[in-house]
Amino acid sequence: MAARNWIFAVAVFLSLSTFSSAQDLQIVNAERRIDLSSHIVKAFLTLKVENIGKDPAADMLLAFPPTQIKNLAMVQALAVMGKKKKKNYLPLDVKPSEQPDAPNDAGYFLVSFATPLGPGETVTLEVLYILTHSLEPFPVEITQSESQLVYYRDSAVVLSPYRIKQQTTFFKTPSTRVESFTSVEPANRAGKEIKYGAYEDRAPYSYAPVIVHFENNSPFAVVEELVREIEISHWGSLQITENYRLTHGGARHKGVFSRVEYQSRRSISGSSSFNALLAVLPPRVNSVYYRDNIGNISTSHLRTGFKKSELEFEPRYPLFGGWKATFIIGYRVPLEDYLFEAPDGRRYLNFTFGCPLVETIVNKLTLKVVLPEGSKDPSAVLPFAVNQDLQVKYSYLDIVGRTVVVLQKDNVVPTHSVPFQVYYTFKPIYMLAEPLMLVSAFFFVFVTSLAYVHIDLNIVKK
Amino acid sequence: MATNGSPKPEPMAAKKASPDLLNSSFSFKSLKLKTKQQELLLRVSILGLVYVLAFIARLFSVLRYESMIHEFDPYFNYRTTLFLTEKGFYEFWNWFDSESWYPLGRIIGGTLYPGLMVTAALIYWTLRFLRFFVHIREVCVLTAPFFASNTTLVAYFFGKEIWDTGAGLVAAALIAICPGYISRSVAGSYDNEAVAIFALLLTFYLFVKAVKTGSLSWALGSAFGYFYMVSAWGGYVFIINLVPLYVLVLLVTGRYSMRLYVAYNCMYILGMLLAMQIRFVGFQHVQSGEHMAAMGVFLLMQVFYFLDWVKHKLNDTKLFQTFLRITVTSAILVGGIALGVGTASGYISPWTGRFYSLLDPTYAKDHIPIIASVSEHQPTAWSSFMFDYHILLFLFPAGLYFCFKRLSDATIFIVMYGLTSLYFAGVMVRLILVATPAVCLISAIAVSATVKNLTSLLRTKQKVPQTGSTKGVGSSKSSSKVTLDQSQPFHKNGAIALLVGVFYLLSRYAIHCTWVTSEAYSSPSIVLAARGAHGNRIIFDDYREAYYWLRQNTPTDAKVMSWWDYGYQITAMGNRTVIVDNNTWNNTHIATVGRAMSSYEDEAYDIMRSLDVNYVLVVFGGVTGYSSDDINKFLWMVRIGGGVYPVIKEPDYLVNGEFRVDKGASPKMLNCLMYKLCYYRFGELVTEYGKPTGYDRARGVEIGNKDIKLEHLEEAYTTSNWIVRIYRVKPPTNRL
Repeated sequence: MAARNWIFAVAVFLSLSTFSSAQDLQIVNAERRIDLSSHIVKAFLTLKVENIGKDPAADMLLAFPPTQIKNLAMVQALAVMGKKKKKNYLPLDVKPSEQPDAPNDAGYFLVSFATPLGPGETVTLEVLYILTHSLEPFPVEITQSESQLVYYRDSAVVLSPYRIKQQTTFFKTPSTRVESFTSVEPANRAGKEIKYGAYEDRAPYSYAPVIVHFENNSPFAVVEELVREIEISHWGSLQITENYRLTHGGARHKGVFSRVEYQSRRSISGSSSFNALLAVLPPRVNSVYYRDNIGNISTSHLRTGFKKSELEFEPRYPLFGGWKATFIIGYRVPLEDYLFEAPDGRRYLNFTFGCPLVETIVNKLTLKVVLPEGSKDPSAVLPFAVNQDLQVKYSYLDIVGRTVVVLQKDNVVPTHSVPFQVYYTFKPIYMLAEPLMLVSAFFFVFVTSLAYVHIDLNIVKK
Repeated sequence: MATNGSPKPEPMAAKKASPDLLNSSFSFKSLKLKTKQQELLLRVSILGLVYVLAFIARLFSVLRYESMIHEFDPYFNYRTTLFLTEKGFYEFWNWFDSESWYPLGRIIGGTLYPGLMVTAALIYWTLRFLRFFVHIREVCVLTAPFFASNTTLVAYFFGKEIWDTGAGLVAAALIAICPGYISRSVAGSYDNEAVAIFALLLTFYLFVKAVKTGSLSWALGSAFGYFYMVSAWGGYVFIINLVPLYVLVLLVTGRYSMRLYVAYNCMYILGMLLAMQIRFVGFQHVQSGEHMAAMGVFLLMQVFYFLDWVKHKLNDTKLFQTFLRITVTSAILVGGIALGVGTASGYISPWTGRFYSLLDPTYAKDHIPIIASVSEHQPTAWSSFMFDYHILLFLFPAGLYFCFKRLSDATIFIVMYGLTSLYFAGVMVRLILVATPAVCLISAIAVSATVKNLTSLLRTKQKVPQTGSTKGVGSSKSSSKVTLDQSQPFHKNGAIALLVGVFYLLSRYAIHCTWVTSEAYSSPSIVLAARGAHGNRIIFDDYREAYYWLRQNTPTDAKVMSWWDYGYQITAMGNRTVIVDNNTWNNTHIATVGRAMSSYEDEAYDIMRSLDVNYVLVVFGGVTGYSSDDINKFLWMVRIGGGVYPVIKEPDYLVNGEFRVDKGASPKMLNCLMYKLCYYRFGELVTEYGKPTGYDRARGVEIGNKDIKLEHLEEAYTTSNWIVRIYRVKPPTNRL
């Protein structure tokens, strides 16, 4: 990996002469803080962009190396307006972009400024991007008593299609234990922080690969697949069922699992394992259950509150590296909190996207909204791109089946837990269909038994 | 229910002009015309309530724990039902299961009684067809209570058939909550017995009905009932032996009739043909020793009929006597020769070990340790009779008395059913279940007859001095009564006291049943519950923890070796291949596992390598004080292993005939695989305050070998309370 990165860097430098920035922008100052304390890597990038060209610039590009682009869960950009005291942030539109002459498969995101940047003007941007699966355990397999060490690979300088006048990069590690880090002068380490820079005046597409090897025992809780099903019942509740396939995504467990060690020397034994999880559920949640294929799991605890409810739970066994657990969480919330009527008469569900578990990565999230039977014209509104599909599901006493809006997204992180809406039309008369069916069935039973009692089926009269 | 009860009133009321039911006394005071309807309404509603009661009394386990499958065998049944609903009937019928009995496998379709699974699957499919999208697990969990409810209906009709409607209602109520039946039919106890008792009672009822009416349709019904029973449970052998025995008794007591001839022949022939369709039974039904009695009686019936015919034709007693002698001698001779030749040539297979052990309770102990090792095959203790029957134990003889007082074909049957099944119940704990319906029915006769006598006595005493107008009613009652009551000058107060006594007993019975159900019979035995120091409920869910760990964190083709008790659970919950399981069809295979468990580690390693074992699972209660663990079962492993491999000798594991695990234990015991796996690193643990390390709480001793080293195995997982310990078998080291 490291060797490839070097080659990549060389190639970048070679391609410098042929590739020049399309727009005449330059970055006056870049400061990057990369938080490596959990397995979700959060990078905060502060850019001061200046337009040195003659024409106003409407947007700018953010570049990412190909190793990061596939693990990039989210990119957000904010424009900082005003001075120190009256600072306020304006969210900017960020979308992935293809550049035909991108060197070495670098990926791009296009940030559109709120107002085009005039010549000579500067703007300060705050960019947050989140990387998943970017900490590579090394050694790959550890025993129960070892703690987990990981590699993080990045560049000491910010990859950018623009010239950067001055830049610094900070890596924040979870503990002071850092095995090694690549030195790109000036670079130094103080406590939990490694500082690269400041580097002056780097050309576009500069790249200086670095590897940080450090201890990270935070729970590497990776949900390989999460299927959330939200079933709307117009009789007053929303039933949510969540199917998890959880795994420990860190260094694989090797050799024995000793219960004596685990229960008596908890601090040093199995430090990279985890057995407690926390799910943030909506307030006023009720009928919560936690089970798996073979039955109920009794180790859970629910705290309800006004703003949110918290479900603390443990899988059946502690999860060591590579161990898996599947489970189901289900709960019910009152309908009036989440279902509203739009001005145009349609109804819409306003619910939270993403995974309720804190600090987890979801590799594949499928969210199914089961609309009541008889609903029509469903449409989903989300702040980011997802795959959408429609299905039909049969539930209790259904005849034509219920429309299911399926939303599917890969690589979901906690920042994706934002509200989304599903609009649909529904005639309240359909609500009566099922009770009527039951009533008529009972009626039929009684009528037949009445008839049976009163009809004499004997051939010979007694 | 309404449809079941409703067609009955006309013939019933017509037959008994003065049924002098307890209920009818109320109706006299109100509208006279509607007596019949009122009685019907009362009866149907009582029956309805009993039906519901039988169902909800069995839901304790769901409320206390959860909707889950219990114990051992039900997990296999659940797994096969799941397979049936997913893959369909033909796949199920042809299922070769490679996940058990590795490397032999098991032909599931040909070695099980499919009745239970097919029943559950049919209920499931019906519910789905009616748009009730339930999970198959819920169907399986509630199958037993549902069939228990149905059994109460059958008990009602049966009671009505042998005595009267009052007895039927009492029988339904008694059987609804009888602990002997509840023990095997709580929600989650998804076992063959759950539907089999229903089928058993239904078959008997239909057969009695057929004998009573001589109608082909009832006999046909009983043949189908028998078919259902055969498809559901191996206990059908009881029917196919009891019915011929009953017929024989009727023949001997001179109660032979055309009705009996029609009923038995139709039931036997059709029942046999139908039973042979079940692959697990097949030709056994005409070839094995257990079924010979039925065939013999069938032939005897023909001889009887033939003799009857000859007697009719000859019209000469003397000639007939000679003919009778010749025929009977030759018939017995031919039958005896046929049986002898059949047995000698191996065409008729001898009785199986289980059947032997029923007739001779000591047989299994001496010859088949695998049968004797099962706790439910032990002879019944007196206390468990009391526990399971309570007042029925005293009412049963009283009921027998009433039955003998009013002897009929039906009462003879119930008496025979009661006595034979009670004998079997004494031989084997689990057969209390079979005796329960009979005990309930006979007790119901006692209760019903007593209460009826007492109340009528009470009423006549009340009414005679009051007015003369009701004299007609009173006299009709007393005339229908057994003469015994009139002769004894019961005082009104005495009758009241006795009635109060009866109701007190019955209410004690209800309380006892509820208590037993909630305390003793509603535990799933997968999840263990205990009371903590502060009275809080502690749940030990270690079994599922271990099985789920196996399911998620081991290779899908891993083979797990454990004692056979846990085989079904491992395949169903852990979804992994096992070496042996609860279907103990191959004694040698089980003995091999027993031998591995009782050998030294290196010897055991060779055995495990030869069986491709990847994981070994042991159950250990030393930390929690859970007593039914593998150490306590260990002697059975030694016995079963030693039964096939003489190298394993039981005395090697005992010290002066005593089984110990502490310092005084035998060296072989302290170093055998089972000991090592159970106590590995246990010596470092303090289990109880004030006790030394390595204190085994299940046996109350400090263990004898605290420094256990494992060479070929390593600890793979131990559950949070140490109840299940799983070890990984290491691959062989490379030879240098």
